[in-house]
Amino acid sequence: MAKAALRRETAAAMPGRATAFSDTHVALRGISHTYPARAGHGAVAALGPLDFDFRRGEFVGVVGPSGCGKSTLLDIIAGLLVPTSGTIEMDGRAITGTVAQGVGVVFQEDATFAWLNVWDNVAFGLRRAGVAPAEIVRRVDYALAFMGLAEFRRAYPSQLSGGMRQRVCIARTLVLQPRLILLDEPFGALDQQTRLLMGEELLRLWRETAATVMLITHALDEAALLSDRVAVMSARPGRLIDVVTTGWPRERDSALVADPAFGALTSRLWALLREESRKALGVR
Amino acid sequence: MIRVRILRLGLVCAATVVLELLCRVGIIDRLTMIPPSEMMRALAGVVATAPWFWPDVTYTLGNLVAAIGLSVLGGFLIGVVVHAIPRLRRVLDPIFTSYYAVPTFVLYPLLIVFFGIGPTSLIVLGALFGIVAMIVATVTAIDRIPRVLLKVARVSRLGSVRTALLLKLPAASPHLMTGLRLAVAYSVIGIIAGEFILSTEGIGRRVALAYNNFDNATMYALLVLILAFAMALNAALGAFEQALHRRWYRS
Repeated sequence: MAKAALRRETAAAMPGRATAFSDTHVALRGISHTYPARAGHGAVAALGPLDFDFRRGEFVGVVGPSGCGKSTLLDIIAGLLVPTSGTIEMDGRAITGTVAQGVGVVFQEDATFAWLNVWDNVAFGLRRAGVAPAEIVRRVDYALAFMGLAEFRRAYPSQLSGGMRQRVCIARTLVLQPRLILLDEPFGALDQQTRLLMGEELLRLWRETAATVMLITHALDEAALLSDRVAVMSARPGRLIDVVTTGWPRERDSALVADPAFGALTSRLWALLREESRKALGVR
Repeated sequence: MIRVRILRLGLVCAATVVLELLCRVGIIDRLTMIPPSEMMRALAGVVATAPWFWPDVTYTLGNLVAAIGLSVLGGFLIGVVVHAIPRLRRVLDPIFTSYYAVPTFVLYPLLIVFFGIGPTSLIVLGALFGIVAMIVATVTAIDRIPRVLLKVARVSRLGSVRTALLLKLPAASPHLMTGLRLAVAYSVIGIIAGEFILSTEGIGRRVALAYNNFDNATMYALLVLILAFAMALNAALGAFEQALHRRWYRS
């Protein structure tokens, strides 16, 4: 199935400019998930079967209609949910149903710790991991400067805007230097301008680390701008209907929105999703 | 905030002055109430000279500490268990909802049967007054812990103890503090009222004795003392809560 999915890939924009990726970092094989029946509701087939290979160091966007199982997929890869069937391998080792080392997750919801200031929020994971204090200071200060939060180091989350709180969560994930970063609509609550700027920061972060990134998003333009490849999912149960290679260079920013290829790419994603979105809404 | 405090203090002072005047000019009968200034003088006299004062204060405070400890700790632990067992929660929910509609004093004969006459029955009575407030607050507090924080805990590979101490407890603390304040207030009511009606010792009992003997000076002196104690306790808990969560509410 993975080979079949990869064969479906479409080089949508500017061949020859694309970044080259080497080996497989995370491999999904036959992943599917069905939520069991609950009072008043039957079992819900949410996802799959689905095969996909994340190549080491690439930026993968995942788009699909509402309720197609994108967040379920993220939870499964993160080890927060055991799939009904299928396996996940990371660096060739099975990690199905376990929270693997080196995985960082940024959730859609505000996950800052209200009782800790910005600095302590970002340092939280490092302290738990037993990192030396001097190294904690070095990494946290760097992450705060990187995310433009240095002057808010002593502020508490309630004193920050939604975008700044999300940056705190990203910084908290970044300092742990994960090899795989999973982002579940991290900019969902932000306005368009802030989303573009946050996207640029995310690209900068991705370039400076060698991390593999999976970004779940509703925004087709965001996926088109940020990703090396965009995985397009069907209506529930979510399956891969196409994987679109963007062909963008690694050094890129929001200026790409002026590139005619960006418009073509976004249109292509919409063309793939239109029917699926209608199905998800129950519109004929 | 300071302005509000000044206004609040001004209101209390004004009410005291009005009460003083009403008592002095005879609009309020001295057999009904003595002027606040005489209450304060009587209180000073009781504290300085009454041989029963410190033993009774010690007895009441001991009962209070035990009842508050039982209601807060017991309520927290029961709340955690009730939250963990949804079926138990469904069974107990209606009982918790209607609990404060039941006059808990009707249980006192039963408590005497189980614990005998003495401080134990009083302590259990005081704890019964406060415990359900703490149980309900604990269940609500655990309900309100954002689910995303539990996901963060799992992704951070925290064990269950670390998750409880580092994430769940701080996230639940605003609702737990509300339960703590209610449990303390209800326990104070339970102990003082229990002593008033049923005890042979304690400040509540002294209020009842003074009332029965038409000893208005002692009765009002002790009422002022209880009032001041309850207000000071509440203010101390409020200050503690504010210090703990001041940062949460900055915006």
